Amino acid sequence: MKVAVLAGGRTPERDVSLRSGHRIVTALASLAHDAYLLDPGEVPLAEALQKQEPDICYLALHGKEGEDGTVQRLLDLLGIAYTGTAAFECEIAFDKVLAKDALARAGVRTPPWVAIEGWALRDLGAGAALGKAVERVGLPCVVKPSRSGSALGVGTVEREVDLAAAVMAALSFSGAAVVEAKIEGSEVAAGLLGTPPEALPLVEIVPKNGVYDYAARYTAGATEYFAPARVSEEVAAASVAQALMSVSALGLRDVTRVDMIVDGSGLPWVLEVNVSPGMTETSLLPMAAQASGRSLAQLCEQVLESALSR
Amino acid sequence: MAEFSVDRFVDLYAQRTSGMSASEVRALFAVASRPEVVSLAGGMPYVQALPDQDILDVVAQVLDEHGSMALQYGGGQGHPALRERLLMLMQAEGLQADPEDMVITTGAQQGLDLVAKIFVDPGDEVVVEAPAYVGALSAFSAYEPRYLQVDVDDDGMIVEHLEELLLRGARPKFVYTVPNFGNPAGVTMSMERRERLVALCREAGVPILEDNPYGMLRFEGEALPCLRSMDPDNVIYLGTVSKVFSPGVRVGWALAEQSVTQRLILAKEAADLCGSSFNMLVTERYFAGDRWRANLASLVDVYRSRRDTMLEALTEHFPQGSTWTHPSGGFYVWVTLPGYVDSQAMLAAAVERRVAYVPGTAFYPDGRGKDKMRLAFCYPPKDRIREGIARLGSLLSDEDQLYRSLHP
Repeated sequence: MKVAVLAGGRTPERDVSLRSGHRIVTALASLAHDAYLLDPGEVPLAEALQKQEPDICYLALHGKEGEDGTVQRLLDLLGIAYTGTAAFECEIAFDKVLAKDALARAGVRTPPWVAIEGWALRDLGAGAALGKAVERVGLPCVVKPSRSGSALGVGTVEREVDLAAAVMAALSFSGAAVVEAKIEGSEVAAGLLGTPPEALPLVEIVPKNGVYDYAARYTAGATEYFAPARVSEEVAAASVAQALMSVSALGLRDVTRVDMIVDGSGLPWVLEVNVSPGMTETSLLPMAAQASGRSLAQLCEQVLESALSR
Repeated sequence: MAEFSVDRFVDLYAQRTSGMSASEVRALFAVASRPEVVSLAGGMPYVQALPDQDILDVVAQVLDEHGSMALQYGGGQGHPALRERLLMLMQAEGLQADPEDMVITTGAQQGLDLVAKIFVDPGDEVVVEAPAYVGALSAFSAYEPRYLQVDVDDDGMIVEHLEELLLRGARPKFVYTVPNFGNPAGVTMSMERRERLVALCREAGVPILEDNPYGMLRFEGEALPCLRSMDPDNVIYLGTVSKVFSPGVRVGWALAEQSVTQRLILAKEAADLCGSSFNMLVTERYFAGDRWRANLASLVDVYRSRRDTMLEALTEHFPQGSTWTHPSGGFYVWVTLPGYVDSQAMLAAAVERRVAYVPGTAFYPDGRGKDKMRLAFCYPPKDRIREGIARLGSLLSDEDQLYRSLHP
């Protein structure tokens, strides 16, 4: 099968995406697919795809454009099949302001939060209400750009006076910021694969310096991973249930990753969902697949099968 | 239950590599190098200005006259003819030297590594300027020093602060400085400070590591003497052809007193046996004639006019509360922004607006520099410099508005 693996792009996650993309190409090629990498940051995508006419696009783009529905809408227009979630659902899932709301409405447990829009600050004087954010979510809290990935622009705030600077930093990456209560506990990620979604073993994340930031994610050895996660069967089941609820609430498909924190009392909290989970050598989804007995090639093949079953 | 080891050697790596990690800034630079982005980040010499024919001539000459030598190993100290030739380059800056006191290195960058290698044990104190060249910090950090930072002002390193450190008992292995048009600050050490620094270090028995990549890129004013010429026994001098010829040939050199030179040669041989014979011979031939002088003069003209363009654009577009240095040579303008700006966080928004710079934090080992940025004027043409500064100016004014709205 002719598979165009879309990776690269123009976002700050370009490098990460290229690393994911190259690994997917190698994995698919090992299964005798005619797989090749296509970087929308390097070539005009629509033109290239019309010329090449792949059977399907495997989406390994990270960040804006790749995960927010933009590329998906273009592929819909071109009539080319692609892996992963559809355009509208991507748009919701990628935007934390929208996704958190949708998750909470569906009864998914997600930490208390408030959203701060950049233009509301600039034009509506929303800065005067910043104190309310701390009242609502408490301290410490985590400030995240609404639309970004790989923990870029994410900051933890311990003292109220530091909130404004953290909001400014997050707004550097996105038009809005989410201020979220910081839940203390173990970080776990659930990989969900196929149609209907099957949960892979949970992966537990233990960053050596305590924070799972960009460096901890992409420096080999900076973080320890355990798969399956070192949690009780009940906690694992509860986490998987939250992950499946999230996927169903947001209409995600083929392959997704749900990031959670299990608090001291064993309750899992959903932090975010990823419609294009990283596939690098330090990424969580390939580890989860391995813990389930799947090779990277088998993982990619199953993603393709799921997409082609539509 | 399985622990997933994404790097099965993780427990085996040396402690000195612990600082080497992935970073957000690096991730952003992957985007910043794209053509639609005006990059004021990288300090790349404008090698396009070199006449192609001059280069073809010297390469042909090397292969024609010294083909087998150019393709062979050489001695660890570097090709004798090149060392002789580089004396002339140093003479142009008023520096007398003996080719026996020189070691050719792979760029001055290798000189930084080798000097740290022969002087620094873990925990040793090393004095650096604040801000300091980030590549020097990377090179030194592999030897796990403890940095003592001495601030710079418009006259270069504030030597009085170094004096205080020494009085308080600091015993650094060396004092590192880029006295001419430093990277990133763009400032030049005054004559008075040079004299004071040389005397102070001599008295304290602390060698000076003088790194002079930009000395010949002077746009105006009189050149000041190299520290090395003021105290040849106590100054280790690093030179390079990267900025006056080509960074691609990777030819630099260290000039030191004999005992240091001998250790540097051994360290150089241990590191990579010898430099590239081919590149050394090409470099020797390039500087053999007189054409390099005209080429350099026209290169300096290009840089001067780009500097002027950047300074004009900064005045036009940067908000109140920002200040910047006015370099009389080199590659860089160093900007101090209003205190609330976090230039590292802001880089993402800048790249989104298709302009890039280096956040100030890169140049301090202790995390300072959030309100600083380094802007390089050496590479982009003038219209791109104007466009880039305009984009940054508009971003800064939006940041200002955002800051005010967050602090009503």
